[in-house]
Amino acid sequence: MLKKEEKLVFELSVPGRYTNLLPGCDVDEKEITGLIPEEFLREDDPDLPELGEVDVVRHFTHLSQKNYGVDSGFYPLGSCTMKYNPKVNEEVSRLDGFSKVHPYQPEETVQGCLELLYMTDKFLSEITGMDRFSLQPAAGAHGEMTGLMIMKAFHENNGDHKRNKIIVPDSAHGTNPASAATAGFEVVEVRSDERGGIDINALKELMSDEVAGLMLTNPNTLGLFDENIHLIAEIVHDAGGLLYYDGANANAIIGISRPGDMGFDIVHLNLHKTFSTPHGGGGPGSGPVGVKKQLIPFLPRPVVEYDNSRYYFDYDRPLSIGRVKSFYGNFSVVVKAYAYIRSLGADGLRKVSEAAVLNANYIKEKLKAYYHLPYDRTCMHEVVFSGQWQKEFGVSTLDIAKRLLDFGYHPPTIYFPLIVKEAFMIEPTETESKETLDEFINAMIEIANEAKNEPEKLLNAPLDTPVLRLDEARAARKPVLKYECG
Amino acid sequence: MKVLDGLKYSAEHEWIKIDGNKAYIGITDYAQHSLGDIVFVEIPEVGSELNKGDVLSVVESVKAASDVYAPVSGKVAEVNEELADSPEKINEDPYESWIAVIEMSDLSEAEELMDAREYERFCQEEE
Repeated sequence: MLKKEEKLVFELSVPGRYTNLLPGCDVDEKEITGLIPEEFLREDDPDLPELGEVDVVRHFTHLSQKNYGVDSGFYPLGSCTMKYNPKVNEEVSRLDGFSKVHPYQPEETVQGCLELLYMTDKFLSEITGMDRFSLQPAAGAHGEMTGLMIMKAFHENNGDHKRNKIIVPDSAHGTNPASAATAGFEVVEVRSDERGGIDINALKELMSDEVAGLMLTNPNTLGLFDENIHLIAEIVHDAGGLLYYDGANANAIIGISRPGDMGFDIVHLNLHKTFSTPHGGGGPGSGPVGVKKQLIPFLPRPVVEYDNSRYYFDYDRPLSIGRVKSFYGNFSVVVKAYAYIRSLGADGLRKVSEAAVLNANYIKEKLKAYYHLPYDRTCMHEVVFSGQWQKEFGVSTLDIAKRLLDFGYHPPTIYFPLIVKEAFMIEPTETESKETLDEFINAMIEIANEAKNEPEKLLNAPLDTPVLRLDEARAARKPVLKYECG
Repeated sequence: MKVLDGLKYSAEHEWIKIDGNKAYIGITDYAQHSLGDIVFVEIPEVGSELNKGDVLSVVESVKAASDVYAPVSGKVAEVNEELADSPEKINEDPYESWIAVIEMSDLSEAEELMDAREYERFCQEEE
């Protein structure tokens, strides 16, 4: 069933077929022309599929069975932290008191929700070593833009109008330069050194009184912790710049080290990665931004305050960059994060990161005899290999990833980070057992052997999926974006 | 990997062909090979003034998006509109598929670029 190709709902349509689901109309019917101005009415009937109820149910059930998620299997998509999220947190976020409130309700009727926002701010501040959070940003890149706007507002408030450059490492996520450009900065790239960290001398050369700040992911996209972080912070701060922490890889450090202690001034976290919200498929996510004391006045407004008797929204923040999201952010995601933090506690959070790092290192050690490991040192929560050895057999990283589909796995992230040729990036996360990891490792070893002995198996992969190898280049060059009848 | 004699090459894997004060600019066979199937080329604007090292164009493949840098300073005099509809031409024949022509403001800049032999060695070291 899973292998069978599912037709489009339009192709399943048979003229005249329908299911009578609705009872007869018990009010007077009116002509549509009397209700809607004629220029808004369509001339032809819409081309809707005609099916029986059972056909519709089966069609969508089949599609859902073809879906792959963390609930169906191992999902080692590096840099995305596709971990299993406890279902109880979904339950909690659906409690009536959280899900049936209205953002315009009087504050005194939603004190519990405000307390939750206030406490989540406190928890995240404690976890990251920052002083205050805004929970408004809806996702990671939104958090980046918010953080950069705060950076800009800070420099401008100091009368420091020259600072229009943001430094971004060559290993960064693409969102970093994109967010910096969106916030109106010029992006300057700093190269990595041979250990995979920021090249200190290159950074020193780039620093000037035109640099607003540095954006850094630590551990970075190579899954490596930048051991020079204190030195980097000193270099940037001495030149009057600020440090931005991209929390995409925070799953590696919670309960162990804190961006605030490393010298970062602004942090974003992806609640939908690290703090228990399922993601992929467009959200909703949440990318709270935390700052050090001197930047608190610039945070988006409102923030939740507490006056020892009640919680309230504080809008009286003249230096604020303003609102970055309607209402107060994606509240249900914040509820899940709160529940996750409270249920795990400080010790539990630390164990999350310890297990995430241990799992990645286990895979690294087990696979490094079979795949080239460009940076052979202890990694954090993810490990980056290169398919360079397999290139000799005419097999690329793309072929390896496609073959993994036949083994029933979601492939790792491929061709990223850009500084590693034929890169593939594996992030197992903490929620996977040793048995699951061993099965995956065995599949990867088998694929490495196939690459050597039967490369055509990889070149033609996938061989066991509803649709076989897709022509990605043609799909991008000549996209077909809608179905046309006949 | 193909390297043509008579062209000049940059460390960012652009080639230039010099014709008087005009420089035809494209990306090398090595570059198209590492990028894979190219699906989009941002066509520069005629008339824009660029300094050496400024971003001239962006080339996107199924793997990544990469900036193409101006290997010499000057004004964009001509662009290859054909690449907007047929980006695959760069994969098929990288040395015929120039992206833009720059009217060089400083002819000596081209002298600093690599010749075919130097570029070949450079690529071997990159591997």
